[in-house]
This record gives sequence, structure tokens and C-alpha cells, in this order.
Amino acid sequence: MSDTLTVENLTVRVGSLEVIHGVSFALAAGQRTGLIGESGSGKTLTALAIMGLLPEGLSAAGQVVYRGCNLLELDERDLCRLRGDRLAIVFQEPMTALNPVMKVGDQVAEPLRIHRGLRAGDAQAAALAALRRVNIPDAQEKMRAYPHQLSGGQRQRAMIAMATLCSPELLIADEPTTALDVTVQAQILQLLTELVEEQDTSLLLITHDLPVVANVCQRVLVLYGGYIVEEGDVETVFDEPRHPYTRALLDAIPPLDEEVPERKLKAIAGSVPGLGEFPPGCPFRNRCPRADDACAVMPLARGNGHRVACWHPLR
Amino acid sequence: MTDEPQFVVDHVSRRYRLPRTSLFAPGRLLTAVDDVSFTLGREETLGVVGESGSGKTTLMKLLLGLEKPDAGRVTYHGESLRREVQVVFQDPASALDPRMRVGDIITEPLHVLRIPGDHQARLAELLSAVGLPPAAARHYPHEFSGGQRQRIAIARALAPRPRVLIGDEPVSALDVSVRAQILNLLEDLRVGFQLTLILVSHDLSVVRHMTDRVLVMRQGRVVEEGVTREVFRAPQHPYTRLLLESIPRLRSQASRK
Repeated sequence: MSDTLTVENLTVRVGSLEVIHGVSFALAAGQRTGLIGESGSGKTLTALAIMGLLPEGLSAAGQVVYRGCNLLELDERDLCRLRGDRLAIVFQEPMTALNPVMKVGDQVAEPLRIHRGLRAGDAQAAALAALRRVNIPDAQEKMRAYPHQLSGGQRQRAMIAMATLCSPELLIADEPTTALDVTVQAQILQLLTELVEEQDTSLLLITHDLPVVANVCQRVLVLYGGYIVEEGDVETVFDEPRHPYTRALLDAIPPLDEEVPERKLKAIAGSVPGLGEFPPGCPFRNRCPRADDACAVMPLARGNGHRVACWHPLR
Repeated sequence: MTDEPQFVVDHVSRRYRLPRTSLFAPGRLLTAVDDVSFTLGREETLGVVGESGSGKTTLMKLLLGLEKPDAGRVTYHGESLRREVQVVFQDPASALDPRMRVGDIITEPLHVLRIPGDHQARLAELLSAVGLPPAAARHYPHEFSGGQRQRIAIARALAPRPRVLIGDEPVSALDVSVRAQILNLLEDLRVGFQLTLILVSHDLSVVRHMTDRVLVMRQGRVVEEGVTREVFRAPQHPYTRLLLESIPRLRSQASRK
């Protein structure tokens, strides 16, 4: 399997403060990878850095390699050519990501007009087919509707239709279902999985919800304090986590299927520090039961396939 | 436990008139809570689950007396509904006044409800009950993390010594690694202060974990009611089944293969 995108030593700074500390990972073609992180872990910044969409005042260094070229070095014009065509992104809140004064049909058709130079009529026809593909009811009618006239789930479907219209090689979905009800979430995740399979797209699913990753993804990256602390196959990582943070996250989820639930959960001490307030060395060491003096230095990720960055990994 | 229930909700409905869409006709009526009945015993734990628009929040407002039912009756058995039924909301950032010090926030219900006694001593008790240091009283809400802010909101809710605590999505806005702390705290407080707990959540695993009985709501109606463990093990209503099937599970992939 070849890699669609490789990220090497990606660092993101807010002013002079380093918030992502040289993360490296590869996204294989057709593979679904989950990026797990809590608030402040840097998961959204990683996505924005890959897409070249970091807001003003933030800078990225390192390499994001797509087809042999480093995306971080491309100028805006070349990036615009890739974005929405080869590289696409779906955000959490479709209401703010969609243009409120543009009809849904025109918006969904826009990537084809820009990237493929299609005429309005042809682009509209393709957009209609795309809206039908993502199971929007009365697609013909919804083409003429404005975003506020759609439900939250329908807006997210429209976003996904737009993002996948040009069959991108990489689709980043940043918390795509966090704002949605569970039954709608299940449908949207199913749809995303089908679409990336049909188009052989590499999916990077960013979420704080571990069960979502367990259901959708094949690989998982666990991000904490701007470091990837664990990486591997979903089954391996979730069944036998090696980093104390991953273990703790898994333990903190109330069990749904066990016959007699314990009323006390295993809680993680403390809270997620704010930006720039993580301890030096391993970012988890002030909350970690296994931490000692060695943890004052951040360990390198070790292992083959299942990698963990910890001086005292579990088993 | 005495036999007298804490709350009796008897065929309660609440309708709202939506904004008009035409000059010539009144707005449509939306039935947010539709003929809901249940009884809540003392020191019971009740979960209320449902998706957005199911009427969960309106039902809580009816219990709190913030809304009056259009039909039916909500009866509270106790001395003072206003003092004895307290609520913790989803987002502690917007539930706490940013210009007030934590100490004042927590003791405000004591002033408002004119509860006599040593408020400073009560404040110290409450801070320690929710696991905050005494020094927290002098600080402002923005100086705390999300989990700590939720502890402040819980301390405020407990200040007037309530019998019933309503949690409206109390952990949904918190980081995953902090949620378990707050759930454990709520459980400790429930046992320690013999509270009746009502937990509203779209997160079924939280409800399953924390409550003995559950109401499943959809479009203003209770579609299923029962012992939480039974409802989760053998859901009777198709909607409950759909909800349960929709929850992503940690082990599903591993077990499918």
C-alpha cells in the first residue's frame, strides 16, 4: 500500500510557543486513520497545518509530503488548486463552514466549476447526483435551499457531498459528527466509510470519541499535548494499549455492555492543561501514575507498527 | 426511603407557539412535552435520554417550575421546590457569572433564598465536598479548567441542601479524561447527601452507568420507561433499539472479526 500523504516532524508554533512538537505519521491510500485527542492536544491544528489553513500568527515547520512535494512550501495559488480537489476537509459545524447566502446546489457544485472547469448546468447535475448519493431527501428541492433550511444532519451530508465531489485522495474529517444526534451520527459515519471505500480515499478522522474511531478506522494516532504518544492498529491499541494515557482514556469510558456496571469509574487525575502549560518532557507526566524522573525528557516513539512514546509502557 | 414519592408528573403537556411564518396566520404550535406521566421516588436515580428536540430540557424546566404545563400537573412533595430542586447545566462556562468570585457564586443561592446560618462555613464545606481548595473562593471562574468549573457549578447547586439534583448533560462539554472525575463526584455526592438524581443526557453510556431507572423520550413523548439495566438489555420500543444500535462501541470491530 502506498502512502497518500506523509507528515514528517511537523511543528506548529503560536507566536514563539511550540504547540505541536514534531509529529510524524503516514496516511496510506484507502486507509481510515483516527486521530484521537482532547481539547488542546493539537488535533485540529494538525489538520489545518496539513491543509495550509493555519490562521494568522500560527506557523508550521517540517514536512507534509504529497506526491513528492512539501505542502508547507507551496504558495497559496498552488494550494488552492489542491484543496477541494485532491485534498478535502469536512469541519465539525457545517453551519459555519457553509456559505449562508449561497444556495446549497451552487455550493456543492462549486468544486467542479473551479477545479474541473465545468459549466453551470453540468456541475449542477453532478451536484444533484452527489446530494442523492449522500441520501439527502428531496435532493432536487434541497439544491435550491439555503443552508439554514436544512437540518444539522443534512448540512453535514451536503458538506460531505461537496468534499467528495472531486474524489479526493485525502479526506480530513474534523469532529464531523460531534454536533449531531447519535442516530444521525451512525448514518453519517456509515456514509463516510462507504464513500472513502468507493473512491479509495485516505481518511483522517479527527475526534475525541474513542468508540467512533473503533467503529470507523483501521489505524489510530493518539495525540496528547502536541505529541503522538501512541500509534497502531485500532484493535491492537484499544485491546492492549501501551501508553498510560491511552489506557486511562479507555478506562474512563462507562461500559455499555457489562452486566453489572461498577458505579465508580477509573478517573484520570487533574485536567488537560491549557496551551503552553503542559509540563516539559512527557506532557502526561503530571497526571500519570507511572511517571518518574526519566519522564522529564520526552521519549521517542518506539516499536514497529504499534508505536508508543513512553519510558514506562504497559506490558 | 418513605413511600411518598418526590415528584409526580401526571399527564403533563407543554406547547409553544412557533414564530409566525405568515402575516395572516398565527405560528404553528409545537408540542415540546406531550402527555408525559411518571413518578419519581425519593433517592431514586432517573435517566432521561433522547435526541435533540425530544423534549428533555422542557421536561426539566417543568420539574424546576421554570415552565408551567399547559395540561396536566407536576406535583413536588417536599417543603420548598425552589430550594430543594437544583440543577447543573451542560456548559459551566456560560452557567457561571464571569464577574463574580467563586465564593460569591457558591453562596449566592443562600442569600437569594434567605437561608440563615454561617455562609462562610457552608462555603468551606461545599468546596471541600466538590474537591476544590479553600483558596478557590477568591478566584474568578475563568481561572479554572472546564472540569473545575463544573465542580463550582455543582457546589452552587448543593449550597441550599437540595433533595433533588438535576444534571442536564453535566459532562457533555468536558474533556473525555475529566468526565469520569465529575461522574464519580456526582455519585459520591448523591450517596453522601441522599440525593434524588435526575440525569438528562444524550450519552447512553453515562445514563446506563449512573441511573436505576430511565425514560426514553422522542418528540415530546416517553416511548419507553423502565429499569435502566433492563431497558438497555432488552429494549422494547423500536426507537430505543435504534438508539442503542447507533451508539458506537469500543469493542465492536474487534468482536465482529
